[in-house]
Amino acid sequence: MDIPYIVEERADTGLNNVKLGIWLFLASEVMLFGALFSSYVLLRLIAPEWPLGVDVLNVPLGAVNTAVLIGSSVTMVLAYASLKMDNLDRYKQWMGLTVALALVFMIIKAFEYNHEFEIGNFPWTSTYLAIYFTMTGLHALHIIGGVIVNSYFLGPGAKMWETNKAQFTNRVEAAGLYWHFVDLVWIFLFPVLYLL
Amino acid sequence: MSEDVQAHIRTYMKVGAALAVLTVVTVAVSYLPFGVPLAVTVALIIAATKGSLVVSFFMHLIEEKRGIYATLLLTAFFFIVLLFIPLLGHADKVGEYYTVPNANAPAAESGGH
Repeated sequence: MDIPYIVEERADTGLNNVKLGIWLFLASEVMLFGALFSSYVLLRLIAPEWPLGVDVLNVPLGAVNTAVLIGSSVTMVLAYASLKMDNLDRYKQWMGLTVALALVFMIIKAFEYNHEFEIGNFPWTSTYLAIYFTMTGLHALHIIGGVIVNSYFLGPGAKMWETNKAQFTNRVEAAGLYWHFVDLVWIFLFPVLYLL
Repeated sequence: MSEDVQAHIRTYMKVGAALAVLTVVTVAVSYLPFGVPLAVTVALIIAATKGSLVVSFFMHLIEEKRGIYATLLLTAFFFIVLLFIPLLGHADKVGEYYTVPNANAPAAESGGH
């Protein structure tokens, strides 16, 4: 049985189900990260002392990672645009770069975590570090999820291009929406945890 | 179709450049001697600007259908509720033990409260 409205739009919503589905998922993600941002504000308000992020974390590394993730968002949207222009080879280049930049982000994050552990900063060391590791750890899990999905669409998943271009383009668009959301979360995490 | 996509690509590049510049601005501003309230305000304004650029152009929200706007409007509402529930709980003094001086009580008994 074919699942309806994966490519064509429903008359009532004006959307295909892929688009509506991924936005609803992202809405639930807003609530997930929203709960953590809310916890952060409360913990910071009631904490007897709260360190400045700049005194604990490596701001230049965090800034570089922000640029890396923004770069990967640009390459992701260019990968989608390449499919719109019917150019699979160009799509693969941009998607490959997107995955590579995500891995660079994770490597830098691993260096940062490793450094924190070396100087004895663990999640149980302070409230600040607890919320820092929780939020960046959850974000890193989202990066890993994105790498898996994007790698699939770069490799075996790309075979769908030969049989159903419109559906494959929709899939990449949905993966892109997720990826930009992960970038969006980091855009807020960086100043909140590193700079304030 | 192709020209339309080309126009989009030019927009993506401009937005990407703007985001890079705003990232530098975020870091630069954090070194200015602002107090915490002003620093938080400035940082959140820049982050919100960057976020709206990502959502509007990379996620194509500016050309999206009403169904998505409705979903996001609900999400924004519940996000604000989520943000304020713990804060209101923190600020809430109802139920906290306190005593009102009782003018009718004998002086010896009211002294302890």
